[in-house]
Amino acid sequence: MPYHGFTGNYRITGFRVNGDLFTYIIKKLVLLVLLLIGITFITFSIVKLLPGDPASGLIGQHADPEDIKRINRALGVDKPFAVQFLGYVKLLAHGDFGRSYYTNRDVLGEIMRKLPNTMYLAAAAMAIAVIGGLALGFAAGLRQGSSVDKLCSALSLTGLSMPVFWSGLVLIIIFSLKLRLLPPSGTGGLRFIILPAVALSLPVLASIARITRSSAIETLAMPFVRVLRAKGLRQRQIKYIHLLKSILIPLITVIGLDFASFLNGAVLTETVFGWDGIGRFTVDGILKRDYPVILGCIITGTFIFVVVNAAVDLAYQWVDPRVRIVRK
Amino acid sequence: MAKLPIIVLSFIVAAVVFAPFLAQYDPIAINLDDIKSAPTLKHPFGTDCKGRDVFARVLYGGRISLGVSFAAALVSLGIGFTAGLISGYYGGWVDTLLMALVDLTLAFPSLLLAIGISVIMPPTKFTVMAAIALVGWASFARLIRGQVLKVKEMAYVEAARSLGAGNLRILLVHILPQCLSLGLVMLGIKFSGYILTEASLSFLGLGPQPPTPSWGNMIGENRAYILSEPWMMLFPGLAIAVTALCFNLFGDYLQEKHTTYHDSQRH
Repeated sequence: MPYHGFTGNYRITGFRVNGDLFTYIIKKLVLLVLLLIGITFITFSIVKLLPGDPASGLIGQHADPEDIKRINRALGVDKPFAVQFLGYVKLLAHGDFGRSYYTNRDVLGEIMRKLPNTMYLAAAAMAIAVIGGLALGFAAGLRQGSSVDKLCSALSLTGLSMPVFWSGLVLIIIFSLKLRLLPPSGTGGLRFIILPAVALSLPVLASIARITRSSAIETLAMPFVRVLRAKGLRQRQIKYIHLLKSILIPLITVIGLDFASFLNGAVLTETVFGWDGIGRFTVDGILKRDYPVILGCIITGTFIFVVVNAAVDLAYQWVDPRVRIVRK
Repeated sequence: MAKLPIIVLSFIVAAVVFAPFLAQYDPIAINLDDIKSAPTLKHPFGTDCKGRDVFARVLYGGRISLGVSFAAALVSLGIGFTAGLISGYYGGWVDTLLMALVDLTLAFPSLLLAIGISVIMPPTKFTVMAAIALVGWASFARLIRGQVLKVKEMAYVEAARSLGAGNLRILLVHILPQCLSLGLVMLGIKFSGYILTEASLSFLGLGPQPPTPSWGNMIGENRAYILSEPWMMLFPGLAIAVTALCFNLFGDYLQEKHTTYHDSQRH
């Protein structure tokens, strides 16, 4: 079978453009703005369709109807949909996400305060996932069919199959309650981040291990490896330098795609571990019907997601010169 | 290789279907005389904070978790196939519009989207089903569209058309069968994801409400007892993990078989 390189998903964002790099970036930016407007509109409509109004959530459903009316008027949620939407867009254009209905704090400020925590958690989880996944995948792929391979494959499938919130709770039981090594929840330094980062990393670690394994097997079977061997290159050199190189592209793809699963996973992990990040902020906002918070969080999440995907697209070109996102 | 997961899955499905015969206790009835009992012979998985048998709740919860995932898979498959067939066959602005929708759906963290959908509607199992399906259809649509683009250029489709077959007949009788196996393989690969999403949404309290058990909401509900009575959340989690693992193994097997089948056809 002819080798086509990694034929997986180069096309993450689904947008390819012609022209030079500068045009590419400009077009990406235009798409980003369009996507954000679309997402804002959809989220805004969804949020406005939610049953229950913020006032009944704030003071209880059995409160005086007059009070509920008064509060809804103060929050501006009694106006027609179009007026509310335009008002919100106007607010966004001024770089403002509005204020939380509950705490009356500036939503953008809260997000800016919590975002570093989430990024810190995601970066730690990604580091664990990449290192662990590569190690596990190489161990399996270099000895295809052996018992090590079977063990590693079983481990990675198990990692893929456990719900993040459950493995998080199991980690708390083992490391906080039985061994008393690490704190079960809270936001803070290294001791606090280990458990949530491990829990968050597991599914991604597993998918990196699987990709690495199949990529290693595929590459080892290719003619160039035989040439390298014939050239007298040491086995170790082949394994670690040339295999690693050929794994970069699929690895970047997985990291790019799994960034989304980190945004998903962060919602659950942060809830379980009481980590003060965007994920928990979003869930709290949704449960409390805190419209400005929900909207702000979802818009921020989409923005990060799109920017990461664009970065991944650009990284392909840098890693593998055969890939041209920009066609001349 | 594929035997073990299939055996385990049949076992799980049978246990869940025949829950009324296997469980000795009512999954909902509260029994305050016997709360927080550790696993014993009488209660193999222990009891929860309201004295309900965890074993019975895992069995009955499986009905909801598996049922919702299965229904969601069928709906995703239905919407995805319809969109993919139309998009690939007719092309033009319908195709552009549908694929833009697919891109938009895939370009969005799926759990956030599912959370968004499940908060519009009251938290029930139908909401969870809808949330999973409205995210899940997109990958089917893109896959089927690709296959239709390939199949519709084949000579036998041309032949059917020259014999006077209408568009609908060509789509349903001549093209659809060529897409089925691909769609089913995809389903096998995606199914464990549906189970995990269902569990996540229920865990967050966006699914069926207590006292109705589902694997996800049992974990969410009993989180407070993780320190003292971990069995309340360990067993439902184990049920999710084992089921998802079996579907993952089965999906791997399907994918492998499918690729080797197509490779052997190419040569």
